[in-house]
Amino acid sequence: MLMNLFKFKGGVKPPTNKTQSLTLPIAQAPLPSRLVVPLHQSIGGTPRPVVQAGDSVLKGQIIGEADGWISAAVHAPTSGTVIEVAMHVQPHPSGLDALCVVIEPDGKDEWIAHDPLDYAAMTPEAVREHLQQSGVVGLGGAAFPTHGKLTASKTVPMDELIINGAECEPFITCDDLLMRERAEEVVRGIGIFRDLLQPKKVLIGIEDNKPEAAAAMRAAVDALNEPFLVVQVPTLYPAGGAKQLIRVLTGKEVPASKRSTDLGVQCFNVATAYTAWRAIGHGEPVVSRLVTVSGNVHAPRNYEVLIGTPMGELLKLATPHPDTDGIVMGGPMMGFLVPDANVPVIKATNCLIAHADRVFPPKAPEMPCIRCGACAEVCPHELQPFEMYWFSRAKNFGKTQEYHLFDCIECGCCSFVCPSRIPLVQYFRFAKSEIWARERDKNAADGAKARFEFKQLRDEREKAEKAEKLTKVAAAQAAKKAAEAAAAVAAASEGNSPTASESPAATPSATPPATTIETPPATVDAEKAAKMATIEAAMARAKAQRAATPARNTETLTAAQQHDVAEIEARRAVLDPVAPATRPPPGENSEKAE
Amino acid sequence: MFAPAPFLLKNTSVSLVMIQVCIALIPGIAAYAWLVGPAILAQLVIATLTALLAEAVMLRIQRKPLAIFLSDGSAIVTAWLIALTFPPLAPWWLIVVGTLFAIVVAKHLYGGLGQNPFNPAMVAFAVCIVSFPALMSQWPSVGLQATLIEQINIILGLSPRIDALSGATPLDALKTSLNLGDSGINVAQLLANQDIYGNFAGRGWEWVAAGYLIGGLWLWQRKLISWHTPLAFIGAMTLISGALWLYNPAHFANPLFHLFSGGSMLGAFFIATDPVSGCTTPRGKLYFAAGAGLLTYIIRVFGGYPDGVAFAILLMNLCAPVIDLLTQPPIFGMKDKA
Repeated sequence: MLMNLFKFKGGVKPPTNKTQSLTLPIAQAPLPSRLVVPLHQSIGGTPRPVVQAGDSVLKGQIIGEADGWISAAVHAPTSGTVIEVAMHVQPHPSGLDALCVVIEPDGKDEWIAHDPLDYAAMTPEAVREHLQQSGVVGLGGAAFPTHGKLTASKTVPMDELIINGAECEPFITCDDLLMRERAEEVVRGIGIFRDLLQPKKVLIGIEDNKPEAAAAMRAAVDALNEPFLVVQVPTLYPAGGAKQLIRVLTGKEVPASKRSTDLGVQCFNVATAYTAWRAIGHGEPVVSRLVTVSGNVHAPRNYEVLIGTPMGELLKLATPHPDTDGIVMGGPMMGFLVPDANVPVIKATNCLIAHADRVFPPKAPEMPCIRCGACAEVCPHELQPFEMYWFSRAKNFGKTQEYHLFDCIECGCCSFVCPSRIPLVQYFRFAKSEIWARERDKNAADGAKARFEFKQLRDEREKAEKAEKLTKVAAAQAAKKAAEAAAAVAAASEGNSPTASESPAATPSATPPATTIETPPATVDAEKAAKMATIEAAMARAKAQRAATPARNTETLTAAQQHDVAEIEARRAVLDPVAPATRPPPGENSEKAE
Repeated sequence: MFAPAPFLLKNTSVSLVMIQVCIALIPGIAAYAWLVGPAILAQLVIATLTALLAEAVMLRIQRKPLAIFLSDGSAIVTAWLIALTFPPLAPWWLIVVGTLFAIVVAKHLYGGLGQNPFNPAMVAFAVCIVSFPALMSQWPSVGLQATLIEQINIILGLSPRIDALSGATPLDALKTSLNLGDSGINVAQLLANQDIYGNFAGRGWEWVAAGYLIGGLWLWQRKLISWHTPLAFIGAMTLISGALWLYNPAHFANPLFHLFSGGSMLGAFFIATDPVSGCTTPRGKLYFAAGAGLLTYIIRVFGGYPDGVAFAILLMNLCAPVIDLLTQPPIFGMKDKA
């Protein structure tokens, strides 16, 4: 079937290095001695642990409950005993720790009771909830909870459902093999997405360097009698980026400020479709995934790996060469060196590459930018990387945003072609994290200011109330005294008529002080109330403004970025109790930010 | 060890870029040496050595790593462009002064590689033509028969600067003839009859320009330069020279003559394409090069200098930042808004 394909600008063609790991079929990785399952494996809220040390768990049992709508449950990858729920180092470039459930397998790999679901009989809400409870997240790398993407826009009709089997990063072949070996289940998973989103068309995009995968998918689509279209797209990195694939297949360009559903498109990875089908058609939550193990190893191969398996143990299966000096998680374009060989495989781990100089030669020293513009030519988002580099270097972050820093998807094409060997993406990550940190600082300062003003207001109000109370008491006492005096006078001058006229005079003399004292608090109160109301109104306005202009690009953060954010937030939380006292006043702060 | 992604890099470097620019200059240089005189080779050597020495001293002063920056090749490209734009038999010290000014002032005092707002070679040319107008206008006469040794002796000042040297460039000769004010003068006749002119431009020089054209096309084919700059430069020059030629063919030379005379081809493919001092956006490159082409023509035909490439490029260098700012292309997903 021929269809009109579109092109995205830019892109590069790095050596694919895929054949090495394609010679052998998918293998089941053996049960490791210990599983370290991080609770935070998707974008969104960190699941709450629901097990504790000493608990026995079954395979597929929930160990972390989703925290909020954008969050997905986490499950025990095998049966065994929970050793601890503790902080462990994460597969993230920061090398920071996060809460993990550590499980010692009992070797039985015993499943929790699970049954296929008749999803045709379920409401869409129930299907989405089940996917959330099954821990289904985007397996292409971003790990966005899938159920959160399965609601069509109310205003824009859903035109196309894009299924991403492009797999454009070099070395990675797990999606390729998944499509070759488990095409039918992938197609059934796509069927679930189709039923929930009701798109007009379903397009499955596969790079044209995977003809076997495309053939297998076509066969499965035909066998299941689905109207899905399998489209081979030109091999060009980063054709597998969601926005690039959407562009190639539909011609639509999704800007950073919009969701793809606003343009009537939604995109899922093939592996996500597969896990969705396992969750619905078999009742199995996500406890494992396919991982390509390649690079500086004897036997590159794809493994079905339990989530939480230490990367070092997995790498050993492929027998790394002795000169291996690190593990790259992800592909060579966007991956990162993990901080420790024992970090666990997580849902976002699609590939491990044994790092060595002969696989990835050491980089030449960084030279000054010669403005050759090669980076701008290959940028798939048509940015001007060298301009953003200039301003990132100069810490002129406002300017970096004028040059659309937050539209950068960090694909690495610019760094790939730079003749001056400038790690451009690193500069952009730095600029982004600085901008986020400053934004949070500013918000914290604003919050502190609001809290301080509110406290002042409350103190004043309390003071006024106290004064009012006191004057009331005083007035009452004065009135009482006056009444007593009047009574005494009346009693004393009983029969003495001239003094009888004193009593009406005594009452006014007692009341004036009461009124003169009582009125000021009333006016002060009104002033206070008016002031408070204006302050509250201003705060509400500021809040509304902030809500109206959300930080761009924050909804499609990668797991790594999410982690960055969480980590900065954690730092902030530690600082917060002392913040109002130690932080410079907001005025000074904003000057610094200039 | 914790070098960040991407781990795979394309096999490229500043040196590779610069070396390819030098290779692209070779056809032009070969034609130059063969048809005009081998003295250019001596000038290239003098300029290169001076540039490398000046570069080394400046790097040393700034405590920058010598090996990396000396081998980046950028000083060599500057030196070659200076040698190719100066008169081939200019005294050795003129080339040295020009090259020193280019490397020390125009390049390093502005911050070194990648930081210079002006094309260093063009700065050198402008400084020398303003400071030493006579020497910068002494071009070898047509048919000058001198061996390499004799020519080197002239450059080094060991032989007297004989009269045969005080020729003019074909462009200058044309302008002088026209300015003599003979009412019956006709450009077409001049070009056909005078010995200094060849098939379609200056004798010999036309093939040097053709050599630059070939090298430039190779650079384009290697994707080291985009089509925007040379096309806009040549297009603008063709348009203005063509319009005036059609208006008065007796007084204005045809476009072909202008494209293959003076520094047109060198300017279009090797000087206006300098990324550091030029524009970087695709539309900006068009404006930049078109402006340079126009100004080159205006200066060489109506101005006081025999050729206008250097001043045209420098003037456009001044405009480059503003042009870039105003020609930012719309980004992915934002095209309808632009």
